Amino acid sequence: MPSARFFMLERPAQDTRSDASEAPRPVAFRGEGFTPRAGRHSGWIALAAVIALWQLADSAGWINPLFLPPPSAIAMAMWKLATSGALWQHVYWSVMRIGSGWIIGTIAGIIVGFAIGLSTLARSVGITFISALFPIPKIALLPLLILWLGIGEEPKIATIALGVFFSTAISVYSGVDAVPRNLIRMAQSFNVPFHAIVRRVIWPGALPSILAGFRITASVALLLVVSAEMIGAQWGIGAFVLQAGNLMQTDQLLAGVVILSLFGLAVGKLINMLEARLLHWR
Amino acid sequence: MHLIADHISHRFGALDVLDDVSFQVASGEVVAIVGPSGCGKSTLLSILGGLLRPTQGAAKLRGAPPADSLNPLTFVFQDFALLPWCSVEENVAFPLEHVAMSQGERRAIIDDALRRTGLVDFRGAWPKQLSGGMRQRVGIARALAVRPAILLMDEPLSALDSQTRELLMEDFVRLLADGAMGAVYVTHNLEEAVRLADRIVVLSRRPGRVRETVTIPMTRGERGAVDARGKLFSLQNDLWSLIREEAIDAEREVLHA
Repeated sequence: MPSARFFMLERPAQDTRSDASEAPRPVAFRGEGFTPRAGRHSGWIALAAVIALWQLADSAGWINPLFLPPPSAIAMAMWKLATSGALWQHVYWSVMRIGSGWIIGTIAGIIVGFAIGLSTLARSVGITFISALFPIPKIALLPLLILWLGIGEEPKIATIALGVFFSTAISVYSGVDAVPRNLIRMAQSFNVPFHAIVRRVIWPGALPSILAGFRITASVALLLVVSAEMIGAQWGIGAFVLQAGNLMQTDQLLAGVVILSLFGLAVGKLINMLEARLLHWR
Repeated sequence: MHLIADHISHRFGALDVLDDVSFQVASGEVVAIVGPSGCGKSTLLSILGGLLRPTQGAAKLRGAPPADSLNPLTFVFQDFALLPWCSVEENVAFPLEHVAMSQGERRAIIDDALRRTGLVDFRGAWPKQLSGGMRQRVGIARALAVRPAILLMDEPLSALDSQTRELLMEDFVRLLADGAMGAVYVTHNLEEAVRLADRIVVLSRRPGRVRETVTIPMTRGERGAVDARGKLFSLQNDLWSLIREEAIDAEREVLHA
């Protein structure tokens, strides 16, 4: 008589019988799915298909070219802009503003992020300030910055720097917090000095998070440069897009949008290269 | 150089972890610390190695360390604690980077540590490319590079499979054979403790107190012989009978926490 505890394990004898003459059948595979992979060429093929369809829709007269000019018109507008030299002027000013603002914001963000990650005092004060100021849309501060810094390049660069600073500071101190404590303890157990622990353990350990932050701050900088140029600039991609919109030159407007997209792609590629070079150990 | 646990007590918040723990590790001696889960073994090791301040008592040293020792108390960690962005050689070199010495001297120390741990052919490999056993060998090579007087080993084999554990245990026996280095060996594995230790400090369940100190009546060399196995097994059983009831209580405590 089985005990009550093992009663559930008892099986009728016929359940476990197998007929030796019966042909074995394969076990049904149940591990399908949940492993999405990006195809190597499928994305580009899809993009080309959408552009071709767009062009076809215009040729067939299904779309009013004033509202949505065909890809060929956008390419022509870009060609004209490039040959006239205006494109390079606009790109130069935008790149200069993004570059200056991003570098200032990034350096300040890294310094403050490390201070928050490493110092109790800086953490107590810094996190409160960052929590309070981070949600403010930085473009809303542009009029104030114009008042403080004048109507030149400074307020635009400062707006971008502010936007970049907060995201960078957050990604840096999050990265410092994420450095495995056992590695820091290990370094301390070998009497490695503080500065060497920061340089050889914390910096490389925080780098994945810092580079992920760069990806975000590049987008923030692009968004802010366009916004700032739309508010007060003669040159720059943002100013160009706004002027084209005001004149209903939608082919030029979309040419500006394509340039912004290409710019974003180039920055993304650059960060991919940086990650491949600096994070090869992952 | 002697390492002394002098009436060490420790508490994390409201939790008493260690209570008045005292013992000594003599020069060249291997002392294992065993006890039920959560009895404060690793906490005690952190205190002994100066990584944690005890609530009461102190870790003390008596006598000078060997003249060539760069880091008398050196840890070997359970999770290896290797820098994943450094190669095997760079990991071994890491504790020497801030030590003033010639390039040739540094190179000789690293080569010697890699040779003693069988890592010469893996010096350019990355930690992610190595098995658990090889990673722990890198951790041991890094420890040897600073010529410790006493190794502080925190369950160094617990993350490894049984075959790798066996191989590394043989390495430990070989490295500790000449008595130049002592060790504090924290483990929950009684077999490892009786194979390696000269003395075994048995801690009670939390808060950890020294319940008993067991001296192994054989040299490490003798323990490798076939006829010693029965005696070691009997010792292991004696230790288990000391710990068993408290291990059951500790497990229930963890499950109900």
